[in-house]
Amino acid sequence: MTMQATPGRLVGQRVRRREDPRLVKGRGNYVDDMKLPGMLHLAFTRSDVAHGIIRSIDTSAAQAMPGVELVLTGAQLAEMIPPMPVATPFPAPDHHSVTPDRVRYVGEPVAVVVATDRYLAADAADAIVVDIEELPAVVDPERAMSGDPAVIHDAFENNLAVPLAPAGTGVNPATLEVEDESALNEAFEQADVVISQRILSQRLVPNAMEPRGVIARFEPGNDELTVWSTTQNPHIARTLLAAILGMGQHQVRVIAPDVGGGFGSKINVYGEDFVAAAISRRLGLPVKWIEDRSEAFMTTIHGRDVLCYLDLAATGEGKILAVKMRLIADIGAYEMVLTAAIPTLVAFMISGVYDIGVVRCDLTEVFTNKMPTDAYRGAGRPEGIYFLERGIDMLAARLEMDPAELRRRNFIQPEQFPYTTAGGMVYDSGEYERALDTALANAGWEQMKADRDAARAEGRLVGLGLSFYTEICGFGPSAAMPSVGLWEHASVSVERDGKVRATTGVSAHGQGHETTFAQMLADEFSIPMDDITIVHGDTGQVRGGTGTFGSRSQVVGGTALLLAASKVQDKMRRFAAPMLELQPADLSFSGGMIGPSGREETGVAFADVAAFAYVPIPLPPDTEPGLSEEAFWEPEGFTWPFGCYISQVEIDRDTGELELQRFVGVDDCGNVVNPLIVAGQIHGGIAQGVGQAMTEEAVYDEESGQLVTASFMDYAIPRARDLPRFELDHTVTPSPLNPLGVKGIGEAGTIGSTPSIVNAAVDALSGFGVEHIDMMLRPEKLWRLIQGGDA
Amino acid sequence: MSVPISVTVNGRLHELEVEPRMLLVHLLREELNLTGTHVGCDTSQCGACTVLMDGDSAKSCTVFAVQADGASVTTIEGLSAEGGMHPLQQAFWDEHGLQCGYCTPGMIMSGVDLLDRHPDPSEQEIRRGLDGNLCRCTGYEHIVNAIRDAAGGAK
Ligand code: FES
Ligand code: FES
Repeated sequence: MTMQATPGRLVGQRVRRREDPRLVKGRGNYVDDMKLPGMLHLAFTRSDVAHGIIRSIDTSAAQAMPGVELVLTGAQLAEMIPPMPVATPFPAPDHHSVTPDRVRYVGEPVAVVVATDRYLAADAADAIVVDIEELPAVVDPERAMSGDPAVIHDAFENNLAVPLAPAGTGVNPATLEVEDESALNEAFEQADVVISQRILSQRLVPNAMEPRGVIARFEPGNDELTVWSTTQNPHIARTLLAAILGMGQHQVRVIAPDVGGGFGSKINVYGEDFVAAAISRRLGLPVKWIEDRSEAFMTTIHGRDVLCYLDLAATGEGKILAVKMRLIADIGAYEMVLTAAIPTLVAFMISGVYDIGVVRCDLTEVFTNKMPTDAYRGAGRPEGIYFLERGIDMLAARLEMDPAELRRRNFIQPEQFPYTTAGGMVYDSGEYERALDTALANAGWEQMKADRDAARAEGRLVGLGLSFYTEICGFGPSAAMPSVGLWEHASVSVERDGKVRATTGVSAHGQGHETTFAQMLADEFSIPMDDITIVHGDTGQVRGGTGTFGSRSQVVGGTALLLAASKVQDKMRRFAAPMLELQPADLSFSGGMIGPSGREETGVAFADVAAFAYVPIPLPPDTEPGLSEEAFWEPEGFTWPFGCYISQVEIDRDTGELELQRFVGVDDCGNVVNPLIVAGQIHGGIAQGVGQAMTEEAVYDEESGQLVTASFMDYAIPRARDLPRFELDHTVTPSPLNPLGVKGIGEAGTIGSTPSIVNAAVDALSGFGVEHIDMMLRPEKLWRLIQGGDA
Repeated sequence: MSVPISVTVNGRLHELEVEPRMLLVHLLREELNLTGTHVGCDTSQCGACTVLMDGDSAKSCTVFAVQADGASVTTIEGLSAEGGMHPLQQAFWDEHGLQCGYCTPGMIMSGVDLLDRHPDPSEQEIRRGLDGNLCRCTGYEHIVNAIRDAAGGAK
């Protein structure tokens, strides 16, 4: 690749975000902040039972209420819109925006009300009487696999959605036949130690602070639909909305204004979005729907809920010979856009950062009467790394070996990159030992261990936990998501006054792209950041795009932007050359000037070249007027950031309460464009990982299938006081797969923190014979273990 | 049935007729178009809706508009003049105390109340003081830094 990022004045600096002045002053513009003339409001009537057949729906009272414009049942809506889309290649049951006949989880919509005011719409939705003949519900995936007491979709026997074996794991993906077990069997036969453990990565609720929302406006005169959505990926939303509504992509515009966090939960286009668009088209009026938090708990996708039967074979010296994972993913009642694909990412993580000769993984995805799962921050990688890192810590305990030393003995070495895992994943770059050593030194590992031992001698339950993660980032290439593609798009225009307007197909919802991308362009063109505007989140202004998820924005979006900028630079050189009587190849950009490399100050001003490009007299040969270029960029492979996290916890003997006392981290995401923003991403990720370890768990009642944890009173996302000050550092191992050398950082903290904390908690209770504790680490569970009982 | 109320919001007196069940946050957002105050939950937990009522922080989703009759309410929009920033707004910007910005107005209003009560808070006092405000993006550390920073600036 010839394109190279310019080592810059601004890239690498802690630049304050340009997004913030409007947001700190309350001048952001979120979907719920918008009002359109004539706008109507939607409210949904939802099932309050987990499983059942709809016998009747009486909408007469609702229809008679003042302000109610329209009431539609699922059956009526099913005639207006087809079932929702799925972007995975696996068979999926029909999933209607509003169910026409049968309910399969609590909160599933059964009817919709359109009214002139939000309060009235809610009143009318409550007045709809739904008669449901209840069926038994099943919420335990292992029980569901027996087909008893309920089969949720008739076409899916025993509730089995997707049985599959990812490539490279010794199982033929097509036939599911085991191809060759000999290497695996041999490894387990040769092993001095075998660790076997059932481990659950529990169900979580993403809980972006801004609930979902949509405004749809169909304009009957010109048959155009505009949708304002809390989406992470307006272009995917446009594709799916157009497909489901039977419209052309040219007739649909999706705008993501300020979006209040997503964490994967706003990748999907949801039933409410399709219904809003369909109703706006039917009435010719704009309609709005805003989710409330109770709905968010019940009906925005959930995350994780993967169960692993782990077997790990190792020598007495701690060399890992083989890892086997049998995975059961509880995907809930339906498949959403990426539901079935997420657990396959767990399998891709099976080797972690270790040089393991043989791996085997099989995966069964199971329907239950719960909200569907889909991508939640980390999406498959937290589960995989957690299972493996728990197993490795159990091995360390069994061998009475320092967990850092055990990991060191198994690391893939720097000279082995690009490294192909036994499961067929290709890692781009890594220098794991350096990150480990940095973390150990920063933590004062030896001292920490001595202090822990001293505290133990006093009877205090102090524990240390270490974890080492890698993750798949920078999603593409397109082969990884053939239904929509995984490239990214950018355009860069230098206007005639020398100001720059750039668009990007990634769509920030807290990530600060308006800042980082302007930093990059300011360096490339050597002009002030204030002269640059970054436009995103609007398919009407941004020609192409995929979106922000899978830690891909800087990697894929940033590279596309760099590529577009370099095309504009080439063109500017062609305009500047005749002005200076020099060759284009001799020119470069510095200090707001374009001139001979090294003596740019003797050249012409950037703005003067821009002006000339729009009034080119005479026009340079073989050159079109103007300065506007676009680029699509598709990566050739994934990037693999990595890092090491060390936790210290103390458990109160009397109450079982767990305190996270220290958290030391070293992350390596390759080159860093804005350290302030990267730190923020890591902090937020760690907090969500701490949440999974310590405070968060979505619980459905075994009998009734009710979601027991359906508010912030019953489901605790971490608060400020739950967290210590993070002690963070980084190493830099650039990715060779993109010219920026970046790897992505959006999910790292979530992936590495969870195992480090659980490892620490298990260490703290090792004196009680505890080898493993399933999350979350709630005080009652820990207290029981201290009392010598089961968790 | 509507009830007449008079409420001062960001220094301006409003005489309005409201439904008794209307929440203060909806009065602010829907009637007065002050959309900087956000709604993040329906159980009074998240603090995204925090405003100052007669100088004290209040969750405006937990107050009926009629209860604000006669009160003086300050929202995020009223915290600083156009073109300027309150020290806390400035500190949130300087310290990267926000990502998506959804919790931010509530965080800042709670921060104002916190610094009112504890002009020089310790880290633990700040963390405890934020118990009623949830943020899913930042992991709180930069928010804590911002409040400490603003306290230092106020000294
Ligand atoms: S909206 Fe008021 S506390 Fe959540
Ligand atoms: S910045 Fe997004 S919730 Fe706090």
